Amino acid sequence: MITAERKPLEELIEYVKPYKRILLLGCNECVTVCAAGGRKEVGLLASGLQMALLKSGISIDIRQHTLERQCDPEYVEEIVSMIAGVDAVVSMACGCGVQQLAMRYKDKPIFPAVNTKFMGASERQGVWAERCQGCGNCLLGETGGICPIARCAKQLMNGPCGGSAGGHCEISEDVDCAWQLIWDRLKALGKEESFVEITPAKDWRSGGGSGPRKIIREDLAE
Amino acid sequence: MKNFEPVIVAFCCHYCAYTAADMAGSQRLPYPANVKIVRVPCSGKVDALHIVKAFEKGADGVYVAGCLEGDCHFKSGNTKAARRVEYVRKYMEEIGIEPERLEMVYLSAGMGYRFAEVATTITEKIRELGPSPIKSATAGQTGQVAC
Repeated sequence: MITAERKPLEELIEYVKPYKRILLLGCNECVTVCAAGGRKEVGLLASGLQMALLKSGISIDIRQHTLERQCDPEYVEEIVSMIAGVDAVVSMACGCGVQQLAMRYKDKPIFPAVNTKFMGASERQGVWAERCQGCGNCLLGETGGICPIARCAKQLMNGPCGGSAGGHCEISEDVDCAWQLIWDRLKALGKEESFVEITPAKDWRSGGGSGPRKIIREDLAE
Repeated sequence: MKNFEPVIVAFCCHYCAYTAADMAGSQRLPYPANVKIVRVPCSGKVDALHIVKAFEKGADGVYVAGCLEGDCHFKSGNTKAARRVEYVRKYMEEIGIEPERLEMVYLSAGMGYRFAEVATTITEKIRELGPSPIKSATAGQTGQVAC
């Protein structure tokens, strides 16, 4: 999922204080799962904002709504009438949702309420860790299902650097060395030979190196 | 503030604090009428949103009363509630409400005396802190006097 964290209240107050009526818009997808911008977080932020603004003597009508998804035009279309009744929108979705809104509602100021972080997985309740950088050419099949691009600080392709010690990365004791994990897993699978195969320099064009990417499925695209 | 009577919301677990409040009543132990009890099936049921809403709607203080450590009927509801209370306290700082207005307390069903004591102590603490800044700001906007 795409992970995110709420922006500090102070920053959000600066965004909304010039307006009289705003719509706080959540998203039922990734940001709900990582507890950053779902229906509950919309309620919490609306309440917190309302109180913080009241303290500064500002009164704003904060309306709340949560869409099934903000990154799809079909869902964004649902809120035409709501948008018409407000001066600005604060989106609690990831950056994709914010941009989808901005593209559809061109005359309405749209602000992000969260900082979009990374594509991650849940390690345990309340903990999310980066697992994928969307390089566009997945090599997990060769690395025992552990990604050296997302999980190695240097994005090394052929084994660990000298900073790997005791299974940890030199940047922090809390970070596992991705190549140690890869080696352990390959060994457990009896696929040690994969480790000695030299991976050539990666072509980063598929990973955003040649500008914004797009997928076009001919059979689906209209 | 001389005539200030705080409004305090106490989220009380059905298996401990709520029964303790009942016991305090049976034992004729007085505790301040400022404390408004909300019975919950477990302190772990109390969400950050419930607490924040209580402050938004005019509470001067809030406390969550759960079972003693290791005694939760649902195993870990009380420890989850404590973590949530800590989270909301940090959020309150961001909003500009003194985090001391929110507390987590632990009781057992047999602690009628402790229930009355906690209710009294927290009421006195909030009385000293004065009206919640949110209540004062709302009163300022509507032209009412905060009480």
